Amino acid sequence: MIPLSHVLTLSVILFVIGAAGFVLRRNIITVFMCIELMLNAANLAFIAFSRYLGTLDGQLFVFFVIVVAAAEAAVGLAIIIALYRNRETLNIEDLDSMKL
Amino acid sequence: MTLFRTADLVRIYPELLLTGFGILVMILDPFLPKERKTLLGWLALVGVLAAGGSAVRTSLAGGLAFGGSVAADGFSVYFIYIFLLVAGLTLLGSMAYLERDHIPHGEFYALVLLGTVGMCFMAASTELIMIFIGLEISSISTYILAGFKRRDRFSNEASFKYFLLGSFATAFFLYGIAFVYGLTGTTNLMTLSQYMARGAHWSALARVAMILMFVGLAFKLSTVPFQIWTPDVYQGAPAPVTAFLSVGPKAAAFAVLIRIFLGGFGSGGSISFWVIWLSAVLTMCLGNLAAIWQSNVKRLLAYSSIAHAGYVLVGVAAGGVEGTAAVLYYLTAYALMNVGAFILIAYLAGPGERWTNVDDYTGLAYERPGVAACLTVILLSLAGIPTTAGFLGKFYIFRAAIHSNLIALTIVGVLNSVVSVYYYFRIIIAMYMREGKSQAAQVTLPWPVKAALAISVFGIFYLGILPNWFVGLARVGASPLP
Repeated sequence: MIPLSHVLTLSVILFVIGAAGFVLRRNIITVFMCIELMLNAANLAFIAFSRYLGTLDGQLFVFFVIVVAAAEAAVGLAIIIALYRNRETLNIEDLDSMKL
Repeated sequence: MTLFRTADLVRIYPELLLTGFGILVMILDPFLPKERKTLLGWLALVGVLAAGGSAVRTSLAGGLAFGGSVAADGFSVYFIYIFLLVAGLTLLGSMAYLERDHIPHGEFYALVLLGTVGMCFMAASTELIMIFIGLEISSISTYILAGFKRRDRFSNEASFKYFLLGSFATAFFLYGIAFVYGLTGTTNLMTLSQYMARGAHWSALARVAMILMFVGLAFKLSTVPFQIWTPDVYQGAPAPVTAFLSVGPKAAAFAVLIRIFLGGFGSGGSISFWVIWLSAVLTMCLGNLAAIWQSNVKRLLAYSSIAHAGYVLVGVAAGGVEGTAAVLYYLTAYALMNVGAFILIAYLAGPGERWTNVDDYTGLAYERPGVAACLTVILLSLAGIPTTAGFLGKFYIFRAAIHSNLIALTIVGVLNSVVSVYYYFRIIIAMYMREGKSQAAQVTLPWPVKAALAISVFGIFYLGILPNWFVGLARVGASPLP
């Protein structure tokens, strides 16, 4: 069996990649994918803990998170499409029309 | 897991009714001709009132529901009333606005109701996963609301930024929950507080989990350094939506903060206290200093709302029944003044929100004395001038802080509220003391908007002059924390 620490390390790495990508990447779709990566890092942690603790709660939570993430993705992509129709750009740095 | 009982359903009456009306609004939407859609707004308002009535029933049948994941206690009922107040005022203030700017409505009202459901669940849940779901229900609804002017580039941008940073924050919050679950084997706040009381596990990992959760909430509270999205979103979103999301999600996040950090984590150890302390100082200072330089009224109020989150954090740092009661009282006052302010701005800005600069209000008082007086009352309350709700709110917060020996925090807070007087008075001075022709003076205020403003102005004076009843309620709401 894979020890808990291995899975947790992987989860932390995924989360950090997601967070770093969120800050560093400029393409809207990539940034959006980074958020999904962070959510799934949390899912992985839930499952690992669930296995370690021997309770099913953690796996149950993952289902909730997947549902919520799907709803979020639907809304997020709709927002991105609306944005693209008005702006014709997917670069985050172009979205600064409201600075001082 | 126990099967659910009827008693459980009674304890989530308001949420059930709001959901029901939200779905009903969505179903009826396609059947109504375009010019009759305002009826849906009234239907939604009926839903809010019905939920308000049913919350009385809920408070009488207090207790835990659904295996201890939802609590119907004074705390949650108090917050539910704040959310219903915000939703009701927003609905009153948005119907004519949507007609004026030719925004397809219908689903707007449904989203306001469903967003309110999410906030109610955030305040009522005593289970971290339930809180997470409530948070997402309210967030997803407000992401859509912020971008409701689909063809407006500012609204698009506001919605997008809110969505991106909001879901980023949610991921942090969720990751924090995952670690709490891993460390303690539970996500129930009551079990968690018993676990923490034994002091068994104050490991480094527990602190990391706590900070992750705080970061997630801090985005929703828009406290420094997680406030970057606030000015853009508040400026770009349609003004009635700004009214809704500057109070609703923020108050809900405070409810969660209190439940988790004063309830679940117990006294929380010194680390959470100092995180909140520092965050309060930075938020108050940055909010007020940045607001001074703003020329756009919506942006100015966005920074002011950041500053207000800072004052509320002082109350959270004070903790205990007194601190929590002060927070509840302040949030009521804040809801009345901020929603009133943004609704008024929505109409003064004219079609397509053209006039939102401080200069656009020049000489407004000479042509529209009533409107100017209304705005003045709201701004004075935001500044914390005596006889208004804002003053007593600050007073109770700082008194609680002094009783908890947070002298430095109190001094910073008082100095900040002095600074804030300057920028609120800039608008008042523009209206009263400068000659000029204000374009905003031509707009007409429909009667539902006048009603909403009357409620907010009356509330500001009522809370400011006769606070006893609400202070009593706030104390009841603050006492039975899990």
